[in-house]
Amino acid sequence: MDFINAIILLLNYIFVPALTYGSQLALGAIFVTLIYGILRFANFATGDMMAFGTMVTILFTWYFQSLGISLGVLPTALIAIPFAIIFMIGYMLFIDKFVFRYYRVNKSPPVQLAMVSIGVMFVTQAVVRIIIGPSDRRFFDGEKFIIKAGEFKEMTGLNEGLAIKSSQVITIFVTLILVSILFWFLNKTKTGKSMRAYSDNEDLALLSGIDPKKVVMITWIIAGILATIGGALYGLDKSFKPFTYFNNMLPIFAAAIVGGIGNPFGAFLGGYVIAFSEIFITYAYKKFFMYILPESMEPETLVQLLSTDYKFAVSFSILVIVLLYRPNGIFKGKVL
Amino acid sequence: MMGLILLVGIFQSWNVALSIFNLCLISAVMTMGANVQWGYAGLINFGLMGYAALGGLAAVLISVDPVQEAWRAGGFDILMCLWLIIVMIMAIRFILKNFEKSKYRTYGIAAIIIAGIIIIRVTAEPGIEAIEAINPAKTGFLGGFGLPIMFSWIIGAFFAGGLAFVVGKVALGLRADYLAIATLLISEIVIAIIKHEDWLSRGVKNVIGLDRPVPYEVNLQTTDWFINLVAKFNSSKLELISNMADRQTALNQLVIEGSSVFVKLCYSGLFLTVVIALLIVTQKALYSPWGRMMRAIRDNEEAANAMGKNVVKQHLLIFILGSAIVGIAGAMLVTQDGLFTPGSYRPMRYTFLIWVMVIVGGSGNNFGAILGGFAVWFLWIEAAPIALFLINLFTSGMPDTHALKVHLIESVPYFRYLMMGLGLLLIMRYRPKGILPEKIEIK
Repeated sequence: MDFINAIILLLNYIFVPALTYGSQLALGAIFVTLIYGILRFANFATGDMMAFGTMVTILFTWYFQSLGISLGVLPTALIAIPFAIIFMIGYMLFIDKFVFRYYRVNKSPPVQLAMVSIGVMFVTQAVVRIIIGPSDRRFFDGEKFIIKAGEFKEMTGLNEGLAIKSSQVITIFVTLILVSILFWFLNKTKTGKSMRAYSDNEDLALLSGIDPKKVVMITWIIAGILATIGGALYGLDKSFKPFTYFNNMLPIFAAAIVGGIGNPFGAFLGGYVIAFSEIFITYAYKKFFMYILPESMEPETLVQLLSTDYKFAVSFSILVIVLLYRPNGIFKGKVL
Repeated sequence: MMGLILLVGIFQSWNVALSIFNLCLISAVMTMGANVQWGYAGLINFGLMGYAALGGLAAVLISVDPVQEAWRAGGFDILMCLWLIIVMIMAIRFILKNFEKSKYRTYGIAAIIIAGIIIIRVTAEPGIEAIEAINPAKTGFLGGFGLPIMFSWIIGAFFAGGLAFVVGKVALGLRADYLAIATLLISEIVIAIIKHEDWLSRGVKNVIGLDRPVPYEVNLQTTDWFINLVAKFNSSKLELISNMADRQTALNQLVIEGSSVFVKLCYSGLFLTVVIALLIVTQKALYSPWGRMMRAIRDNEEAANAMGKNVVKQHLLIFILGSAIVGIAGAMLVTQDGLFTPGSYRPMRYTFLIWVMVIVGGSGNNFGAILGGFAVWFLWIEAAPIALFLINLFTSGMPDTHALKVHLIESVPYFRYLMMGLGLLLIMRYRPKGILPEKIEIK
């Protein structure tokens, strides 16, 4: 019985939250990696683009709520997301046309494009804060929990409860569906293959008749979809605050590089690697050991490798280690 | 640029103008540091905030008096840890030198690091708890050396240079945009450590009331020569007041205002000395054979390598030098504020804004860096009043209670981001080399 309790404890405090957080990071990391692989620059505006998408989602959610439309047990934001995506794609294409295209046509070095993306970051950040303000907002409605800790305890008669929030389940499901569609698109369709070819060798791709404009446009469209959904899921699960989104850019970058930048599958797994290691290393295992060890050996301290203050630092340290030992990432991406 | 600051002095107040001027000078120093790395050598360093924070930490560690009780309670444990860390590094170095590269070596090093961390935690824990328990509202940390705070400008440079050495060893081989991300993330780690190790510098509880290299306002207000000076400056104004008591109150008011202006002027003098000294040194370096070599390395690494220049070594050197300058700026900032707030070292303010200064001013040109520091900081501060003015102008037709107008006026502080972003984008597009582009004169 104690053993099952210990497992449930880990499920509740480590596995479910890490899986959710990892899914959110994974979407962002695929976004970074796609931009890097096809447009060839590190996009420092990632976090703020996600904040922009989330902001549009929130605005639509409020609009639908004022009209009285709702999905019942599911959050209203799910209807808002498709509209937000359309808006976001427009925004992405607008930025590309007026900002990034010039440098791409002139074949500027990637560093210059990265600098330009910092300009975009400043502007997007300003727009988001001017429109919706910098404060913390929750826009989750509908049924909050699928299983509550108390109900679970009653059902199974265990000491430890397992709480699963519906936002967590939605996050994991949506991520899995979206990522499967994306990989199917990249690997099976002609457009997807042409994108991969373009990313692999631009000159060769151009010679074989691939239209670069179309490839770039589709990349931004996919990026818009990923940014909106990734951002909205994070906002549903936790809350929407522009500053947090800006900060999330850092673990997202870490996930993309750890997975091997330019490699979408690597980025997908990189998100989970970062999320799990962050939570594994900063979790206090005292209770876990209390269950599995006999009473005489119970630990007195918290049995915590690092305090939770260092959550972000953990993921960055992993990045540094990966850069030192496998600069191409765990799943070989582009050569650095 | 000076004219603009003078205008602020005339229209807003001399106090505001001087505080903008001082921060402009500090920004100029930071920008020069970034410019040495980016303009001279083409190295991109997004970790500026970490070096600035280390400079600030140096200011705390140098100027605060040592907390004797804390040293007695936990000093031994901390020194023990320091010793353990040194032993760990020596052991790793020994293994790296004397064993062939193999899987076992990698595992061995990993084992040493993990075991080391666990041992350090076990040794440090009681010491840290004891230190933090001593008068947590006021001290709760080890304190510093109790030296004049000006020393910290040099020590801050050494701290930052030391960090740059480690970061450079790890990350300098990476391609430009990876280097940017890696330096940014490593700086975040450093700041996380400064924020959460309370025994070192009180962490997010902040250290306040640091010593000053200049007189205090309160002392000035009771000093005779200063009162006489103020009276002399304003003699014409004072003579207009006939009543003796009124004249005395007016003088007192002037003395209070004058004292804070005087203190700021003292800071300006100190900072100006640093800026001019750095400007002379960097200008000399730019036109020296060493500067030529750096440009050669920047423009064509392979060719410079073929000419027998040690690219890796020079990159590391310039990375350390530039970071050290940023460290000086960090120490100067804390000296001016008199307080150290680790929570305020955010990438937005201490990395990206400084980079905007570098790009806008003109990379590779020291005067451009200073101009960028001045222009961008000035805009950053004055953006809110400008935005307020523009909003009022464009919405003058609307009633004051109109929802849009109220909303816009509430979000005035965020227009500065918009201005910075647009400024950066426009400069990058139409003047990619900055306002003052790099000029290479061959003498």
